[in-house]
Amino acid sequence: MKIAIIGNGISGITAARWIRKLSDHSIDVISSESDYFFSRTALMYIYMGHMRLKDTQPYEEYFWEKNRINLINEHVSRIDFESKKLEFKSGGEHAYDKLILALGSASNKFGWPGQDLKAVHGLYSLQDLELMEKYSEGLEKAVVVGGGLIGIEMAEMFHSRKIPVTMLVRESSYWNNVLPQDEAEIISQHILDHNIDLRLGGNLEAILDDGTGKVGAVKVKETGERIECGFVGLTAGVHPNVAFLKDSILEIDKGIVVDEYLKTNMEDVYAIGDCAQLASPNPGRRSIEAVWYTGRMMGETVAHSICNNPQKYDPGIWFNSAKFLDIEYQVYGDVPPELPEATQSLFWKSEDNQHSIRLNYHAINKNLTGVNLLGIRFRQEVCEKWIREKTHIEDVLKDICLADFNPEFFRTYEQSLLQQYNHQTGQGIELRSKRSLNQVISFLKS
Amino acid sequence: MAEKVYKSMSFANPHPPFTDGVQKLAAAIGGVGLLLLGLALLNIKQVQNATMLWVSLSLLASGTIIFSARAYLTKSAGIKNDGVWFNNLTNRGLWAWVLGIIITGFYVLLYWFPSLLGLNSDGNTGLVHFFDPLSMALKGEVASQWFVYGTLYTLAILIFGIKFIWKYRHNKYQIVRTISVMFFQLGFAFLIPELLIRLNYPYNDFKNMWPLNYYFFDEWSIKGFLSSGNFGLLMLLFGIAMIFIISPILTYYFGKRWYCSWVCGCGGLAETAGDPFRHLSDKSLKAWQIERWMIHLVLLFAVVMTTGVIFSFLHNNPNGYWMNKGLFVALIAGLCLGTVALFRFIPVFKNGVSKRVNNIISVLGIIIPGIVYINYATGSGNAVFLNFYDLRKTYGFLIGAAFSGVIGVGFYPLMGSRVWCRFGCPMAAILGLQQKFFSRFRITTNGGQCISCGNCSTYCEMGIDVRSYAQKGQNIVRASCVGCGICAAVCPRGVLRLENGSKDIFEKTDDLRTQHIQ
Ligand SMILES: Cc1cc2nc3c(=O)[nH]c(=O)nc-3n(C[C@H](O)[C@H](O)[C@H](O)COP(=O)(O)OP(=O)(O)OC[C@H]3O[C@@H](n4cnc5c(N)ncnc54)[C@H](O)[C@@H]3O)c2cc1C
Ligand code: SF4
Ligand code: SF4
Repeated sequence: MKIAIIGNGISGITAARWIRKLSDHSIDVISSESDYFFSRTALMYIYMGHMRLKDTQPYEEYFWEKNRINLINEHVSRIDFESKKLEFKSGGEHAYDKLILALGSASNKFGWPGQDLKAVHGLYSLQDLELMEKYSEGLEKAVVVGGGLIGIEMAEMFHSRKIPVTMLVRESSYWNNVLPQDEAEIISQHILDHNIDLRLGGNLEAILDDGTGKVGAVKVKETGERIECGFVGLTAGVHPNVAFLKDSILEIDKGIVVDEYLKTNMEDVYAIGDCAQLASPNPGRRSIEAVWYTGRMMGETVAHSICNNPQKYDPGIWFNSAKFLDIEYQVYGDVPPELPEATQSLFWKSEDNQHSIRLNYHAINKNLTGVNLLGIRFRQEVCEKWIREKTHIEDVLKDICLADFNPEFFRTYEQSLLQQYNHQTGQGIELRSKRSLNQVISFLKS
Repeated sequence: MAEKVYKSMSFANPHPPFTDGVQKLAAAIGGVGLLLLGLALLNIKQVQNATMLWVSLSLLASGTIIFSARAYLTKSAGIKNDGVWFNNLTNRGLWAWVLGIIITGFYVLLYWFPSLLGLNSDGNTGLVHFFDPLSMALKGEVASQWFVYGTLYTLAILIFGIKFIWKYRHNKYQIVRTISVMFFQLGFAFLIPELLIRLNYPYNDFKNMWPLNYYFFDEWSIKGFLSSGNFGLLMLLFGIAMIFIISPILTYYFGKRWYCSWVCGCGGLAETAGDPFRHLSDKSLKAWQIERWMIHLVLLFAVVMTTGVIFSFLHNNPNGYWMNKGLFVALIAGLCLGTVALFRFIPVFKNGVSKRVNNIISVLGIIIPGIVYINYATGSGNAVFLNFYDLRKTYGFLIGAAFSGVIGVGFYPLMGSRVWCRFGCPMAAILGLQQKFFSRFRITTNGGQCISCGNCSTYCEMGIDVRSYAQKGQNIVRASCVGCGICAAVCPRGVLRLENGSKDIFEKTDDLRTQHIQ
């Protein structure tokens, strides 16, 4: 069987790898972005000089040949679903028996005046990075519009090159549409501590031309202020990269609509990763989750389906992680920005404001529902087990050392967390386990 | 298509000012210190005095310390790798080559032309003479080229150790570990041996064990211990206990890191002075294959050479020791055949290596005792087809000097800081084998959190492709891992943790935590 995969990102490549593990089908991976799979999440590190593009490529070149995964650098401009053919922009054609669409995302633009000027860019692809690099030469000031994960990465990138940067964020504190208020404030302060000019509650009104077709300044709606700059980063989210399929017979809403087997409305066509929209996501989950981990899980799931072992896509317990300048962030389970009804929250933070732990639990059943961490690493398997098995918050706290995943000799915070709980609830619980791998292994096997 | 463009992307950077005015001043201060050493090397009379030695060393230290304080303490604590690949010195640019050539040149003089450094039995001149006052003060003798080397080496570990601690000041593991290497270098490698000499005992660096210390079993070394009374005997026994008891126990509990990145001097220099170059190690599969061949061949070389040295020693000194040739031959045969049996019959070992490697072990395990036995049976002190004395000399030249010194340190700026530890060190080879097969140590991968970014692999000084395991959700158990913990420090998603546990030592790598469908 001849399988074509459009997109060589994490979802497309994971699918290809698993199909190879499970079968002998011929596999063609087509992408016009880069010859080889690289880690999109590492784009910032290339700009910051931590790594070269080469270092962000997870597999060496021999890997593809050895695993008979055929890489094709072409842009697909049209898909003929009926005769099962791809048409390349360069003019060629490519036939397939089964097709996997792993097209990724594209940056949002909200019709701002001036958004198509030169030196106004999002950050998604290698080509975006290249342009950022090009306009950075001699750049004296940059403005980043939007306060999400990519926004702060872009700000950090400019900051690393000592280019002054302003972050224009709509919300009242950084990312508080995702983070609970306490955490959002810690991060907002952390951004300011790095001398990044964070403007909260500010909307972009227009991007102004410097007279040569290039950006010269931005105008803030609320204050009417004009901020002079030579580059504007647009990081107000992403959307599925499906524009070229809009007029086809493929069912598209925001993304490519797929069932629980990741199948589209067309026979033998699947969609995975950022571009897929689940018709019926699991309760509490969004229909499009544009993150690395779900792309990887979808890739593996679809490979099984294609290799005659149909599997329903089930992303399990939500987790994610990020890094805001120097503060790492991890989340397990459900931690919405506003505390839902019937949920209680234990929030602890260190005196220096660099570390915090939030444990959400059900107000009546007292079972753990979510974990939010800043500057502290927890062990995913332990948190998942607690959440999955609806463990009582007090059992979680007594065993909290089992979750610790920080480097050895890391400061102890466990006592202080328990004290806070005891103080808040009038209980008198105590630690019953240590930071010991043997105890963790026993716990996970129990 | 685009490959060309991206490559240039790493280089065509507008070169933002990574160093500021204060740092330039600090560099100048250190430069003057270095200049004084240079003048001493040229034997300029005006600088040849104790004051100037102190001035020179203090300037070197304060220059480096001010420079690093400025680089790290003015910024918030966190990973400090900005611009590493843009910097000429840390990206194999011109300055890297200049530095590499200077260090290599220094080692060549040190090992083979010490007279050019000023070593002279009728009274030192030049650089060696420059260090006479310090040597007199410490051990009451004039300096040798080795004293000059030891002093500069220790100074480097101390001042770059401070720099390293500041760079990773948010990470206590790094701080504790670095204080440890600084302590062992200053105390065990530098001060104690000099004091021993002052007290008329043989020079001994207690932590420097065989086979890294390849002359431990040389005739002069053994005789030195044995002629120094009970304390000498104690030192000899301690050295042997290190090899056969202390080291295996510690390696079982903590992995080879207890030695390679907490105690060892070679590791100490690599971790501190070599830190800016750690990302230059080659991560390719090819490099890993070469590494495995080379390091195990060196180990084999060291074992055969040492066996020969001990055998000839016993041959030349047949009486007076509890050990004799016959016993020794039996011991060697036992050890070798035991190893063969281990890899033939014990599943962990058997499955841990390929069939080909297992066959090689078997062949060697029979040939080595065979050679020794032939010598024994023919009553010859030197092997029929192997001249042990020549072997020892060749080892000292090739491995002891050329590899560990000239290449090991001289190539820091070109091949990364652990070239010797990775490709050449027989000690690392032994500890690595134990770490792989019988140790509680591993690097745990945190569930499915890896984003395949590559920071861990890039900054692994041992050239381990850490990511290839992390992205599968598999624990990292590699013979070469020195447990420096930098991969875990640079990981932006908190995916890696160095830890020890006894419960699963034979299944450490079984879980694949990113595998979603079971
Ligand atoms: C800067 C940045 C940082 C991020 N950080 C994180 C993070 O820390 N954690 C996290 O979970 N997620 C992160 N993400 C999101 C994550 O990278 C994405 O969810 C993930 O890469 C999506 O993978 P994918 O395989 O679905 O698509 P992509 O990686 O986008 O791959 C799609 C590929 O298909 C190609 N393609 C599309 N259409 C065509 C066509 N018609 N013809 C040929 N080729 C085509 C595209 O060029 C692209 O190469 C980040 C994203 C960005 C941009
Ligand atoms: S794998 Fe990690 S701990 Fe081991 S040597 Fe490499 S960077 Fe150090
Ligand atoms: S383990 Fe960490 S540093 Fe290594 S690739 Fe994964 S996310 Fe990156």
